[in-house]
Amino acid sequence: MTPRTRAARREGLVYLAPALCALGALTVYPALWVIWLSLQERMPIFGIERFEGLRNYLFLAVDPRFWSAARVTIVFTLASVALEVLLGLGVALLLRQQQLGRKLALGLLLLAWALPAVVTAKMFEWLYHPAAGLVNFLLGGRQINWLGDPALALPGLILADVWRTIPFVALLCYARLLGIPAALYEGAEVDGAGRWAIFRFVTVPMLRRILLIAALFRTLDALRAFDLMFVLTRGGPAGTTETLTLYAYRSLFQTLQIGFGSAVGVVVFALVMAVAWAYLAAQRDEDTAG
Amino acid sequence: MNRRALGRLRDLGVLALLLGYAGPYFWQVLTSLKPEAELLSLPPILPSRITWEHYRVVVEQSLIPRSLVNSLGVAVLTTVLALALGLLAAYAIARLPVPGKRLILLGIVAGSAFPQIATVSPLYLLMRALDLRDTWAGLVLANTSFALPLVIWLLAGFIAEIPEAVEQAAALDGASRFQVFRYVLLPLVAPGMASAALLTFLFSWNEFLFAYTFTATEASRTVPVALALFPGVFEVPWGDIAAASILASLPPILVVAVMQRYLIRGLLAGSLKE
Repeated sequence: MTPRTRAARREGLVYLAPALCALGALTVYPALWVIWLSLQERMPIFGIERFEGLRNYLFLAVDPRFWSAARVTIVFTLASVALEVLLGLGVALLLRQQQLGRKLALGLLLLAWALPAVVTAKMFEWLYHPAAGLVNFLLGGRQINWLGDPALALPGLILADVWRTIPFVALLCYARLLGIPAALYEGAEVDGAGRWAIFRFVTVPMLRRILLIAALFRTLDALRAFDLMFVLTRGGPAGTTETLTLYAYRSLFQTLQIGFGSAVGVVVFALVMAVAWAYLAAQRDEDTAG
Repeated sequence: MNRRALGRLRDLGVLALLLGYAGPYFWQVLTSLKPEAELLSLPPILPSRITWEHYRVVVEQSLIPRSLVNSLGVAVLTTVLALALGLLAAYAIARLPVPGKRLILLGIVAGSAFPQIATVSPLYLLMRALDLRDTWAGLVLANTSFALPLVIWLLAGFIAEIPEAVEQAAALDGASRFQVFRYVLLPLVAPGMASAALLTFLFSWNEFLFAYTFTATEASRTVPVALALFPGVFEVPWGDIAAASILASLPPILVVAVMQRYLIRGLLAGSLKE
C-alpha cells in the first residue's frame, strides 16, 4: 500500500466517523439493547429488573391479544399495500397521458403525501363522524358509526392509509413511465399490437422492478406504522385495530412493562427484517438468473 | 368531436378526479372556517358565513403556536445535522478507499429499515440517563439517527454520478482537496443536497412516535403531538382541531410546493439506485 492510499484511507475513516458514531449510538446500540431488554422482566415503577430468558416470548406464544394484534398487522399490511400499489399504478398511468395542468395534477396528488399522519388521522376521524361526517352524508345521510363498529374500523383505517400513500407509489411509477423509450411503443404499434397487448407486454415488464420496490417500501412502512392508528382508532373498538406496534407501545409506556413491550417490539423488528431479507434474496436470484 | 377535444376532456376529467382525491383536505379547510353552530349539521355543505374564530382560539388559547416553534426548530436542526454528518460520510463512501465499504453501506441500508417501535424503549432509557427527555436536543438526535441512512444513501449516489475527472482537473491545477470539495464538488452536489434536506425536514416535521414518547411539556412538544393531545372540555372541538391541523400542515405543504422538483428527484434516487 502506498503512503498516498494509506492517507486516503485514513481520511475516509475520519469523514465516516461522525456518522458511524451517531448511527452506532442511536441505532445499532438500541437495536441490540432492545433484544437484551426483551429477555428481562423490567417494571421501573416497582423497581423490578431481572433476567427472565425467553419467558416474555413464551408468554407471547399463548397470548391471544398478541395473536390478534399480529393478525390485524398482517391484514392491515396486505390490504393497504395491495390497494396502494394498484391505485398508485392507475394514477401514474392516467398522469402519463396528461397534457393539461400536469403541475396542478402533481400538486393535488402530493398534498396527501405531505401531511403529517396525525393530521390525516384527525381529518378522517372527522370525515367518519357518525352524525356530521362527510362520508355518511355522501352515502345519503346514513348514520354509520365507522370507527365504532368492530367490522368497519379496520377497513376505515386501511382506507385512510391508502389515501395517504397513493402519491408515493404513483410518483415512483410515473417517473419510471416517463423513462420508457418511446421507440418501444412505436415498435409495438408497427408490429400491430393492440392497446392491451402494449400494456401487457411493454408497460408492465418495464414497471415490474419499480412496482416491487414500491411494494417493498410500503410493506416495511405498513408493518411499522403507528401514528395513524394511535390517533385515528386508538386500537379500538374491542382491539379490532390494535396492531403489534400499538400493543408494544401500550405495554411499554402505559402498563410500563419495559421488558415485555420490548419483546413485542423485537417481533416487529424481526418481521421487518424478514421481509427486507426475502426481497433482497429474490432480487439476487433474479439477477443471477437473468 | 375531434381527437384533440377528446384529449382535453380526458385531461379535465383526471384533474376533477384528483380534486376529489384531495377533497378530504379541502373539507378540513372548510370545517376550520365554519361557525361553531353549523359544524354538526349537514347539509348544508357550505357555511352561511366564513369565520376565523377557530384560528383565533387555536392561536390565543392552545399550545399549537408554541409547538409550531418546537417543530420548526427541531426540523431545521435535524436537517442541518443530518446533512453535515451525511455529506462527510457520503463523500468518503463515494470517493475514498475506505476498508469494508460494502459492509458499511449494507449496515446503513439495514439501519434505515429498523422500526422505531423497536428502538424506542432503549432510546427512552438512554434519553432518561442523559437527561435529554423533553428537550430539543433529544429529539434532534433521535430524528437524525433515523434520517441519516437515507441522507448518506442519497448523497453517496449523487456524488458517485459526478465524473471524477472534474475533480482531478481541479487538483491538477493545484487546488487542495478541501478547495476541490468546496468549489467543485459542493456546487455540483447542491441539488442532491436540496432533495436530502427536503426529505429530512418533512420526516422530522411529521415524526410522531419519538416526539410523543420523549416529550412531556410544551418545552419540546412538536405539532403532531400537540394535535394528537388537543384538549376538548365537554365535547370534541372539531372546528378548532381543523384549524390546528391546517396550521400543522401548512409548512410541509409549502415546502413541497416550492421544492416539488427536488422531492421527485430525491424519492426516485432513494428507491432506484441499488
